[in-house]
Amino acid sequence: MPVTMTDQDQLRADVEALVEKLGPGRSSLIPILADVKRRFHEVDSESMQTIADVLDIHPVEVYSVASFYAFLHGAPTGQFVIRLCGTLSCDFAGKDAVADALTDALGVGFDQTTDDGLFTLEWASCVGMCDQGPALLVNDEVHTRVTPDAAREIVAACRAAAVAKEG
Amino acid sequence: MSNPTTPIHRAPLSQQHRRVITTTSPDAIGAQVSVTIDGVDAKVPFGVTILEAARNAGVKIPTLCDHPDLDVAGVCRMCVVEVEGQRTLQPACTFPVVNAMKVNTHSRKVRMARKHVLELLLSEHCGECYSCVRNGNCELQSLAEEYGITAFPFGHPEEPLFEQDTSSYSVMRDMNKCIRCRRCIRTCIDIQEVGVLEAVGRSNKVTIETFEDMPLGTAVCINCGQCVNRCPVGALYAKDETDAVWAAIDDPDRHVVIQTAPAPRSAMGELFGLEPGTPVTFEMNTALRRAGFDKVFDTNFTADLTIIEEGTELILRLYKALVEKDESVALPQFTSCSPGWVKYLEHFYPEYLPNASSAKSPQQMFGALIKTYYADKLGLDPEKIVSVALMPCSAKKFECNRPEMRDSGFQDVDYGLTTRELGKMFKEAGLHVPSLPKSDFDDPFGSATGSGVIFGATGGVMEAALRTVIEMVTGEKIESIYDHGDIIPVRGFEGVKYAEITVPKVGPVPEIVAHLVPDWDWLDGATLKVAVAHGTANAKKVMDDIKAGGKFSECHFIEFMACPGGCLGGGGQPIPTSADIRAARAKAIYSEDSAYAVRKSHENPAVLATYGEFLTDGPCGHKSHKLLHTEYTARGKHMPQS
Amino acid sequence: MPATIETQGNALTYETIEPEAGLKAALAMSRADLVDFVRDSDLKGRGGAGFPTGMKWGFCAAEKADQKYIICNADEGEPGTFKDRVILTRFADLVIEGMTIGGRAIGATLGIIYLRAEYTYLRPHLNEVIQKRRGQGLLGHDIMGVEGFDFDILVAMGAGAYVCGEETALIESLEGFRGEPRNRPPFPVVAGLLNNPTVVNNVETLASVAAIFAKGCDWFKTFGTDKSSGYKLFSISGDCEKPGVYEFPWGITVASLLEEVGGTGAKAVQIGGASGVCIPAKDFTRALAFEDVPTGGSVMVIGPDRDILDVAENFLDFFVEESCGQCTPCRLGNAQMLRAVKLLKTGECPPEFLASVKALGATMQVASKCGLGQTSPSAFLSILEGFDDEIANRAVSA
Repeated sequence: MPVTMTDQDQLRADVEALVEKLGPGRSSLIPILADVKRRFHEVDSESMQTIADVLDIHPVEVYSVASFYAFLHGAPTGQFVIRLCGTLSCDFAGKDAVADALTDALGVGFDQTTDDGLFTLEWASCVGMCDQGPALLVNDEVHTRVTPDAAREIVAACRAAAVAKEG
Repeated sequence: MSNPTTPIHRAPLSQQHRRVITTTSPDAIGAQVSVTIDGVDAKVPFGVTILEAARNAGVKIPTLCDHPDLDVAGVCRMCVVEVEGQRTLQPACTFPVVNAMKVNTHSRKVRMARKHVLELLLSEHCGECYSCVRNGNCELQSLAEEYGITAFPFGHPEEPLFEQDTSSYSVMRDMNKCIRCRRCIRTCIDIQEVGVLEAVGRSNKVTIETFEDMPLGTAVCINCGQCVNRCPVGALYAKDETDAVWAAIDDPDRHVVIQTAPAPRSAMGELFGLEPGTPVTFEMNTALRRAGFDKVFDTNFTADLTIIEEGTELILRLYKALVEKDESVALPQFTSCSPGWVKYLEHFYPEYLPNASSAKSPQQMFGALIKTYYADKLGLDPEKIVSVALMPCSAKKFECNRPEMRDSGFQDVDYGLTTRELGKMFKEAGLHVPSLPKSDFDDPFGSATGSGVIFGATGGVMEAALRTVIEMVTGEKIESIYDHGDIIPVRGFEGVKYAEITVPKVGPVPEIVAHLVPDWDWLDGATLKVAVAHGTANAKKVMDDIKAGGKFSECHFIEFMACPGGCLGGGGQPIPTSADIRAARAKAIYSEDSAYAVRKSHENPAVLATYGEFLTDGPCGHKSHKLLHTEYTARGKHMPQS
Repeated sequence: MPATIETQGNALTYETIEPEAGLKAALAMSRADLVDFVRDSDLKGRGGAGFPTGMKWGFCAAEKADQKYIICNADEGEPGTFKDRVILTRFADLVIEGMTIGGRAIGATLGIIYLRAEYTYLRPHLNEVIQKRRGQGLLGHDIMGVEGFDFDILVAMGAGAYVCGEETALIESLEGFRGEPRNRPPFPVVAGLLNNPTVVNNVETLASVAAIFAKGCDWFKTFGTDKSSGYKLFSISGDCEKPGVYEFPWGITVASLLEEVGGTGAKAVQIGGASGVCIPAKDFTRALAFEDVPTGGSVMVIGPDRDILDVAENFLDFFVEESCGQCTPCRLGNAQMLRAVKLLKTGECPPEFLASVKALGATMQVASKCGLGQTSPSAFLSILEGFDDEIANRAVSA
């Protein structure tokens, strides 16, 4: 990319490249949103307007679709999104203790992001690991039979990974 | 580009009704199907909905999210009915009749379901009916009455959850009253292609929002008010300026004049219980005087003036392009009297602003003349004049507040009132319009023409312009070319109309434009290509075609109106609206046109007098440019708009 | 992917199915016969609704269209269900084989696996299997040398919305819209993805199709009951010794199932996930079958010490989160149900409010737009019915 390109132009080029790959129709909207979210941990105002422009739909439609899906909502999230399964089986298996361990280790509550921008803590509706609860997802990775200690270790491992990445 | 008459359905299929149901038997298309509704047998066309079938059979099924102008949503569940053989209740608005069926529209289960739907809606509907703009004209209120709602088993909010959005000059939003029927969404996307509103979030947290929930005033909104016309409750309403107008009337130092556009006259009667299409033009004049307006003018006067200015501008553009071969001339020329359309153009196609006629809308021309020409003539201090405009339109409220609309040295038009607002003022003053005696408009702008009146309907501006341009160019009476002077090809409600009009011969150049073109020889035998679009989704089709170099790019003149049906379907008109209601209003407008002695703008004596006395350097001259023409702003789509 | 313990269970028939045997058998038949064959097997949809698969294929095959689609519904979001995860992990080839046969039967050239976002970690595996099969001539052009038989598959991702397991919501999502269920009719077999005829089948249904073609309808019908042919995978979780994925023939009673998984002594089981029903111990003689207790296979065992209202609350919390918010009964009704449970828990639920909510639940079951709202009150209503004494006499928790 030429250095003169602003971030916005860069984003437009990225979105256009995705559309090139996925096809010009509206069907590309959710994969595009997922991609932007994965890379930037948010879908901001400019991104939504750019996506709308490229797909020839209205920005409010992009905003509306993003708000519908738990994994796409536009608000900024941390590098690591921890989603603890809230379903009955995980509840029976002790999810509340894990939840307490996570809020304690992260210093934030559910639907909140840590000040350092590393973690967002959310509930997941059901991650499909009901036989091995409590289960949680760290971004795309699944962890099962999570104990409060294991939860703290997971947080620590993420922190270490972030430090390693920085360094 | 696709066929311009194909409807754009941008809303998701979840909110669309696909009328054509495939069937293994091709004979079934157009065939009659037997249906028994509440024990009454009826034959209905294959594929109609249960709702339509019931209406045919004279059975009323309540609806909320359904609207005759919109795709079906099937979300409110008010219209559920019992269909024999179906486990669940079915929404009458979407369920097609494709084979013989038995329907019960008011079984116990159905009545319970409807009551539950209403009770649930009321559990989050915050607001007092007494203090609501829709009191007496609210679909939720009527249904609550019909279904005997006497308590709120699921609660009723005491405190508002949402702040009202009053940031727009035109359209106000109150989410506290919203019932999530999504008519506004479908209106704004499907009919208008503006896309201001969408559903956000899910479950009981669903709200209807602008992009990032920004104030409407900073979103890309064209102020057309079509959402207001289709809102079943008071969640969307036009800004109310009646208090300010009353205050001006009550102030003895103010000289309060009102101009009235043609479309409100064809609809005002509806607010007093008359059938749509019953004009109350002259009764309304009396009511306005009794309400306390000092002068009552007819906007048709400046509609005629607009035709002269805009027609002259068109002739000049064509002359420069065709004779002088000036390639910088922007063609086709677009009309610019619909402020919703103008803002649409500014947002979505700013590169085409040079195509928009620089002539102001009739409202704004009148505004500029009232505080100059009229003030001079009567020796009034323009500062003491309060200029009110009665319009069928919510976008006119924005238009009169545009900073460029101050060419008289003052805000040219102080207040734009909608038909609904004025109706409310009449009621407050105890003026029952239909029973008042008739009276005429005030001079010096009193006389009007049929051409001015038809501005109120889609195709009307085009027809008025053609009447004048053809007579000017051919020197023949329009009646010798078109029966009764009715230019039928540009009339009617088709979304996009296209017509080719051949100039059969040319005559001498009339005096009024003699200083602009030497002769008409260059138009001899020429074919004038024109188009008419109403509803901005249709405007988008035409604009996209122009961008792609399609047939509309070869047009010379295109009329665009933001609202479906033109001004008669404007966002300030009485609620409800439907194709039938708009057709009735159009009929009233065209019959009024027929009744006028003078039906062509360039024959309007008051217009001619104005050019003689005041705009002495003629149409598109220096003075008219200062007062009657304007410029536009390339706004673009980026949000927030400043 | 971090190591997770392999899901336990009993021996699965899918392990015994010879690769490509089903596809080979199918390609030896005429297209019309493929649909009839599935019809003859009496296979019913394994996602939960139990619609006859052969009938669904037949409707779609009868449509005339240039483009048709077969979609594998891998949006396994029903709480307590994870058998599709196991099938996709261990038997992805069978699922794709089933899709390929389906494509052949209905005349679709493209299949789409709609995979829930929570299973993103399975995506590389699925793509590998697809790639491998392309290399083997089992996907792509002229499959298995049959001239003109073109069929390919792509994986599309969900984005975190339970309702997208509803087939029309799934299609909306694939088209780039909010996952809001459509009005039906028309059904997807007539007007589905991009308005083209579309079959949407559950993961397990498609794996079963491959097995049925490999081993025959008669073999399949040796399992199960008259009205529920074949075997079924059950996702067992909750208060039992051996949770996991188990295969049982249709018709197994709740009691026998509990014995197999070490869950005897339970006070109740929730069958069918959050959208299912809660069966009290006195009814453990009931059978899991379409004619008795139909289910997509989720069985959550509720131990003797559990508060039954916690169960109702957990599910209603889920529905208040996951309703698409489109139709009034579901959008606002679930929150009322939840309110009632919370009030019951604190002993503050006025009887008249409870009566209103029960009636509202009945309305939701018949007046909601899709299966989500039609089933969301079921667990609560069944708990109110099955545990009325416990609820009436419970010690009030502060």
